[in-house]
Amino acid sequence: MTRYVISRVLQGLIAIFGALLIVFVAQRLSGDPVALMLPMDASEADFAAMREALGLDRPLLIQFAIFLGNALTGDFGQSYQWNAPAMQLLLDRLPATLELAMAGLLFAVLLAVPLGVFSAVHRGSWMDRSAKVFAMLGQAIPGFWIGLLLILFIAVELQWLPAYGRGTLAHLVLPAVALGWYPVAAMTRTLRSSMLDVLESDYIRMERAIGLPERTIVWRYALRNAAVPLVTMVGVYFANMLGGAFVIEVVFAWPGVGRTVVDAVFARDFPVVQAGVMLSAVVFVVVNLLVDLSYGFIDPRIRRG
Amino acid sequence: MAEALIPRAFVARLWARVFRRNRVSSGFPFVASGVLGLVLICALFGPWIAPYRATAISLADAMTPPAWMEGGSASHLLGTDNLGRDILSRIIAGARVSTTVAFYAIVLSGLIGAGLGMAAGYFGGVVDAVISRVIDTQMAVPSIPLAMLFAAVLPPGEAMVIFIIVLSYWTWYARIVRGEVMSLRERDFIALAKVAGVGTPTIFVRHLAPNLLNTLLVLATLQFGSVIVFEAGLSFLGLGIQPPQVSWGGMLSDGRNFIEVAWWLITIPGIAIMAACLASNLLGDWLRDTFDPLRRQVW
Repeated sequence: MTRYVISRVLQGLIAIFGALLIVFVAQRLSGDPVALMLPMDASEADFAAMREALGLDRPLLIQFAIFLGNALTGDFGQSYQWNAPAMQLLLDRLPATLELAMAGLLFAVLLAVPLGVFSAVHRGSWMDRSAKVFAMLGQAIPGFWIGLLLILFIAVELQWLPAYGRGTLAHLVLPAVALGWYPVAAMTRTLRSSMLDVLESDYIRMERAIGLPERTIVWRYALRNAAVPLVTMVGVYFANMLGGAFVIEVVFAWPGVGRTVVDAVFARDFPVVQAGVMLSAVVFVVVNLLVDLSYGFIDPRIRRG
Repeated sequence: MAEALIPRAFVARLWARVFRRNRVSSGFPFVASGVLGLVLICALFGPWIAPYRATAISLADAMTPPAWMEGGSASHLLGTDNLGRDILSRIIAGARVSTTVAFYAIVLSGLIGAGLGMAAGYFGGVVDAVISRVIDTQMAVPSIPLAMLFAAVLPPGEAMVIFIIVLSYWTWYARIVRGEVMSLRERDFIALAKVAGVGTPTIFVRHLAPNLLNTLLVLATLQFGSVIVFEAGLSFLGLGIQPPQVSWGGMLSDGRNFIEVAWWLITIPGIAIMAACLASNLLGDWLRDTFDPLRRQVW
């Protein structure tokens, strides 16, 4: 187990290093990195100071070392749009993104678990077939379009819920549904197939023989084991959403990490863009690592093996 | 040459499965293929089919609803937008852009991914270790933030969108091809080819590549839809295809400003995206079930 943990942590570190390398290369790709790091109206003295700070007259390897050193302290430069440290700016917006991600996942799980379980238990029924159609549509319809449709029908036509912004619980509903839309389909598919496997296993047959009520068997014993692959999926989606639900946040004008990064791309506020990429890479790696490690606790067989 | 790469038996088998129902494959998805065919026809012959030029502005006709609505007119079947541009013509033009982007993105990521995957699987050792690490790293960086990064430094447009998609999609091909080649490598016909003194490039092209066709075809079909959605998302954000070029995502983004007065501006492009994506998923699922009945998905 210790060796496994160490190798997974190392893998994660390599991945983060790789992300830093990509950001560095992208910075140089544009020609003059200083032009990216400073506002358009910066003076010649600002340019000279920035060149000095980045060590642009030094060899590329030294430049990368400087970049790494800064990155390790969380320093990705100043956002000139907001006049604040880029990473701090994004961390300030993280709670909004976290709130949206948790609500989206909650919606996805609350819908996917009953759908997956019922369609596995009543395999081949009309319920199973409609869940299949639903899952297929879910994978083909982009979440941001669902978001637009929700705004059109629920917010504009029916005027039940607000369409834009963050504040009350009512503001959270539509973006959460749009964000959770895609995961619902994938989770339902996964849960249904793992549930089908579990329901055919020996210990379930044994519980049936003992005469436990079917409801107890399905919801207490079968679901607990069938849900293991679901844990990974929840982890992966959570990691993805935390890095910023870019398109959904833009659709609903949600003041989170994703929308800030998109705005920064338009404002040519590169420090914020690179901080955003690193933030989502780090979150992605860390959450995935935690999910993999949590497997050992959920499933003792993995811990021993 | 073409026949060396794509064996006639492969084509014959595919043909037989399309038109004959048998035990292993469910029915051929005719509707899905029809939709994809329609998208391709629009992409290839769009300028000749479309009733208007996609960018032709006619303010007198602005905001005409679709023909079946009150106030609609038969001269604009799907209505017009705020500048009086014909929606049907724009959907057709958008198909051309989406298909072009998807085609180049899939071919390039397929070539790069399959090439690296074959090298990793065939040579093993250090080559495999290096390529596998690169794949792992690439997969550990979420693709949308990466897209933001390159959108910030590269000039926007089709080429940039293709580059961004290739960057995050090649790993799929590489991972799967690597696995397949690792098992192919151990098979007798490869060993015999080596004994017979066949050179490595020939083994790759003549002996490995034809055996990967099934897998590559399934992946490419499934990815067609996913690439279209990805491109639509980027263009919706304004970071992908730039006006005056027409894209479905860009149309959604334009229509968003008029969501309270013109519902058709955001529903119709979305339906186009959904139809293309759903069709490619259905066809891809069918191909996978047909070629690989054992790994058939439950649904």
